[in-house]
Amino acid sequence: MVAIADLSAQHGSENSARKLKRRRMAQLRLQTYGIMAIGFAALALVTLMWTVVGNAFQAMSESYVTLEVPLDDPELVSGDAEALNRFNYDGLVKDVLKAEFPSASGRTQRRELYDLVSSGAQFELREAVLQDPSLAGQTVTVELLASDVADLYLKGSYGSLEARPHEGSLSIVPSEDGDTFQVTSTTPDFAEALAQAKLALLDQAAFQRNQARLQNRGVEVFGRQAEETADPDERKRLLAQVETRSAERDRLLDVADGLEARARQDGGAEALDTSAPSVLLRVGGGWLKMIEVNDNGGIAEPVVPVEPVESLPADAWGYFIHDLPEASRKVSDRQIVWIETLKERGQVDTVFNTRFFTAGDSREPELAGIWGAAVGSFWTMLVTFLLAFPIGVLAAIYLEEFAPKNRITDFVEVNINNLAAVPSIVFGLLGLAVFLGFFGVPRSSPLAGGIVLALMTLPTIIIASRAAIRAVPPSIRDAALGLGASKLQTSFHHVLPLAMPGILTGTIIGMAQALGETAPLIMIGMVAFIVDVPTGITDSATVLPVQVFRWSDFPERAFEARTAAAICMLLLFLVLMNALAVFLRKRFERRW
Amino acid sequence: MTSAVFLFIFVLAFVFLFLARQRATAVAGGQLASLHSRPNYHGLYAFLLTVIGGLLTLIALSTLTDLYIDGTLSRSIADAVPDAPRIERQLILSDAKSIATGGVSSAQDQLRQDIADRFGSLETMRTWGVALLSLGIAVMGGLRAVRGITPEFRARNRSEGIIRTILAICAGIAILTTIGIVLSLIFETLNFFNNIGWRVDKFLFGTRWSPLSGVHSGEMDPDKVGAVPLFAGTLLITAIAMLVAVPVGLFAAIYLSDFASKRVRAWAKPMLEILAGVPTVVYGFFAAITVAPFIRRTGESLGLSVASESALAAGLVMGIMIIPFISSLSDDVINAVPQSLRDGSYGLGATKAETIRQVVMPAALPGLVSAVLLGISRAVGETMIVVMAAGQGANLTLNPLDAVTTVTVQIVMLITGDTEAKVAAGPAFTLGFTLFCVTLLLNIVALRVVRKYREMYD
Amino acid sequence: MSHADMTDIATNQQMPGSSDTKIRARDVHVFYGQTEAIKGVDVDILSNTVTAFIGPSGCGKSTFLRCLNRMNDTIDSCRVTGEILLDGGDIYDRKVDPVQLRARVGMVFQKPNPFPKSIYDNVAYGPRIHGLVSNKADLDSIVEQSLRKAALWDEAKDRLDQPGTGLSGGQQQRLCIARTIAVNPEVILMDEPCSALDPIATAIIEELIDELRENFTIAIVTHSMQQAARVSQRTAYFHLGNLIEVGQTDQIFTNPRHQLTEDYITGRFG
Repeated sequence: MVAIADLSAQHGSENSARKLKRRRMAQLRLQTYGIMAIGFAALALVTLMWTVVGNAFQAMSESYVTLEVPLDDPELVSGDAEALNRFNYDGLVKDVLKAEFPSASGRTQRRELYDLVSSGAQFELREAVLQDPSLAGQTVTVELLASDVADLYLKGSYGSLEARPHEGSLSIVPSEDGDTFQVTSTTPDFAEALAQAKLALLDQAAFQRNQARLQNRGVEVFGRQAEETADPDERKRLLAQVETRSAERDRLLDVADGLEARARQDGGAEALDTSAPSVLLRVGGGWLKMIEVNDNGGIAEPVVPVEPVESLPADAWGYFIHDLPEASRKVSDRQIVWIETLKERGQVDTVFNTRFFTAGDSREPELAGIWGAAVGSFWTMLVTFLLAFPIGVLAAIYLEEFAPKNRITDFVEVNINNLAAVPSIVFGLLGLAVFLGFFGVPRSSPLAGGIVLALMTLPTIIIASRAAIRAVPPSIRDAALGLGASKLQTSFHHVLPLAMPGILTGTIIGMAQALGETAPLIMIGMVAFIVDVPTGITDSATVLPVQVFRWSDFPERAFEARTAAAICMLLLFLVLMNALAVFLRKRFERRW
Repeated sequence: MTSAVFLFIFVLAFVFLFLARQRATAVAGGQLASLHSRPNYHGLYAFLLTVIGGLLTLIALSTLTDLYIDGTLSRSIADAVPDAPRIERQLILSDAKSIATGGVSSAQDQLRQDIADRFGSLETMRTWGVALLSLGIAVMGGLRAVRGITPEFRARNRSEGIIRTILAICAGIAILTTIGIVLSLIFETLNFFNNIGWRVDKFLFGTRWSPLSGVHSGEMDPDKVGAVPLFAGTLLITAIAMLVAVPVGLFAAIYLSDFASKRVRAWAKPMLEILAGVPTVVYGFFAAITVAPFIRRTGESLGLSVASESALAAGLVMGIMIIPFISSLSDDVINAVPQSLRDGSYGLGATKAETIRQVVMPAALPGLVSAVLLGISRAVGETMIVVMAAGQGANLTLNPLDAVTTVTVQIVMLITGDTEAKVAAGPAFTLGFTLFCVTLLLNIVALRVVRKYREMYD
Repeated sequence: MSHADMTDIATNQQMPGSSDTKIRARDVHVFYGQTEAIKGVDVDILSNTVTAFIGPSGCGKSTFLRCLNRMNDTIDSCRVTGEILLDGGDIYDRKVDPVQLRARVGMVFQKPNPFPKSIYDNVAYGPRIHGLVSNKADLDSIVEQSLRKAALWDEAKDRLDQPGTGLSGGQQQRLCIARTIAVNPEVILMDEPCSALDPIATAIIEELIDELRENFTIAIVTHSMQQAARVSQRTAYFHLGNLIEVGQTDQIFTNPRHQLTEDYITGRFG
């Protein structure tokens, strides 16, 4: 039994001081969790923004290849407008490329060569000729849009070709089979390339060991099962599994050992396949790609033809290593050589990417732009606004000023609150079934999208508008009613104007939500591939967030940057809208 | 055509507005005070009559004739191929419509061509008929208003009555939307259940989800519409999301409401608002580009096999998306706990942490529960993150490193897939209906809890 | 604390039979941001005495009361200067933890604010957080003693597990007093404890305050002069942040020294 009066003795005692320390620690812990939570959210936001902005940067420029295009084909020279239109510009562009690099032979090499220039280049060439038919017959200098692969290489997405120091004099002797060359330097200049090749061997060995580990896990699992099972047939089957797996494991380990041994030994020669770094040599106007390398040289095959030479001094040849293996990048060694050659000749230009902001969608990343989606978003938002704003405001006026307090009104209120939390995809299904299916609104059109988004935005606008209307003091209403105005006149002439800033703020926030909405629009077909910029609310269209979704789904790497750039545009619009809302609130909102 | 009629009705309405105003002025004969309502109200009345008459006719007729045409054509298809299952008859109809409007159809035969021809002629008749009738009604409405103008006519009261009705209708649109959602979902759901022979149990408890395989032979296979893997996947991702969002959101809210200095609040709150304003498609991109590869790499370096579309990645990013939602709702309820309770606790010598844990949290509990419920409802209905970062195959697993699929992913896949829309709509809308019911339930419970809570402290 | 020290403060007169000064405040200023709410207050609060703070609303009496157990610490913009000594120790000393201080100087608020817990848990809250008891039996006994002292035991003993918010207003306030007593503070501060209660509940609480005086030092803010007259032995009159006059309650009400006090007492303003 403790008497209360004795408790005072504990206040300030040593015991209590010790307890207090613990209590303070608990407080500190809670505070730390809070800081960690805020920190986590901040980290997420920063990483998110970094991902988006960092990726978007690449989409801000595009590359052009400048080539001399002879427009002297008889068909062009003699041709009328129709012939100019019909002419095979694609073939012309390919011929020009072939003329630029005549050494490209065979289907594969040709295709690689043609891949340097975008498939859209021919259309731009045609546009230029149609614009100015007098060009026909001349040889004109044309900037042809580079393909996404070439563009990405120029931006360093696939690593870069790095010049390496070298001291020796180089000799190149054709080997017996005639296709390859024997390369020798007077000093061990190729030791670095060899070392890199050996590093690649270690990587391969590690991969083999990992495979062996997986096989070994199989051995363990099956072995254990074999021990546990009672069925002799089953055991036999399992033991056979163990057998094959351990054999495979040992084989893999042997391979790995072999690879590692080769990597460890000094000197020697290593073959360079597509999973090893690329080693390129420039000799005069030609290029060689090493396919086998030792300390002093090795075997090389020509990329751009070279003449055999003897004792070429160190400053007359170039030695380059690209440490990303050819198999891990979209751009081939040959393409790299061509691009580097063009670059050296000053035929490559990288300029600000205006196309991205003015073009419609395309399946080719270098041709794709967001203008179509932006215009689609504009039309959709226009429909949304025209529907949701008046209906939302009128509904809010009714509920605040006219609605009798009864169960029906209550039901409407509950309904509005629930609608605000219905998943957006359900609104998409509603649009699909009712507006597309029942009312026959055109599929993929901003009209359909706008209606669906309007229904989604409506609860937000109604709730915000009601709050704004409720904030108008009753004295204003009394004053108007006292002068003989009808209730309707009071609402529209006095209450509504005063509530307008609040209503607009709520509307803008609702519209910003609608602008970022994707799922319901996918449901009503706005995810279709639409190249043309929509000109009205019944055209097929797509919108910015859906464009983001589509692009993020494409495998081409260049789309990644464009997706991020499209997100930046979307976020920019959202920021602008929210800034407008904040401005309205700060500037006009009155506190009564 | 319809939009032209639509615009023309408004043009007519403005014409009648001016006519009515002039006539009212003329009737008053220079003494405006003799009119019961000012000329503007007579104009407004004429305007309203014209627009309402015209638009109502336009909408009603368009819809009804549409239904009529569909009905007639369906009947002739049924007569032509009495043995074909329902799904196929629907397919023929939509094919015929595609042919008539120059679209792509799944097959071409004589029947489809005939139906397409009939559809074309009916459609032309319909378009012109509807246009003429609605314009006619609009003109009649306008004329009636203009002819009825007398000094005694109470145009103001009449128009105000009409406007009031319009206001009420606007408020009723919320109910109409709900009804529309429920009806459209239920219609297709019943259709779907009918197609699987009313084996609702197979849908709710079956574990194999592959609804579109083998559907061409007619009815759907009840053994392939088990939605359990979808429910499990949704649940798994939602659970991961809540495991991230609830502690982070709650601790952030506690910190911001009771510990943070003004300066911290000044940047932390807008930061959370920005996080809340980021569109979900951006989160999806983030999940697919950054988070999923990161988790995969981390897992592999630890010797785990991680699917490239792991539930963990989608759940984690979804959790990040829901953090601001939870934190702002929790912030509201924590702030709604009266200061007097905190004072009472401090007055007894409690530390802040003790006050929060033992007084504020229990007091705010109902509000926090409803915040979590609303968060779950969000996570369950979230689409873009899972579409972009979660799997598509219906695996029944609880391993967060595996790929799972969700209800929303399947809806998107069914609707955007290559299968004929009429066929895919069944399972898609049924899933949609399930989703709607679950989120509705969560919302109603949450809103009720929060309302009770508000009453407690108001 | 010797008598000689206080002779220069004319307004302070020791009450006969009372032991000594429990709280001694000197030159206390309180600022909310730029505004000065308390402008240099000197006052002594005597042990086992009820001291009433009266004055027109906004005069700073509540603010001053909240300084005595550092409740103002919870308000960011609030700043306190001067010296407040509890048994000779400065409570605003860096080394003093407000949490410990508040265990010694408890507080009862204007509006009854029971926690949304059971009656039992409300009372047990203080002893629990301070770790004053080690077993359930001790805790039970403390809860019972506290409720008895707060004259609530008979009404509450059968419903200890029911929420404290279910009690009537007066019972809630007594519960809050019981809650404060349960940690056995030396001083109890009461901020208009009866302002939200009806006359009957007020009478019960006033009676209770008088009984509590035996074990505790009590400072009470009240807007009702009758209440001050009924429950207190000493009264301090505040006006616009200044302490105008302090002395024995009889003397203040019958023979105020200051014109302002007299005007207030006689109801010229309020």
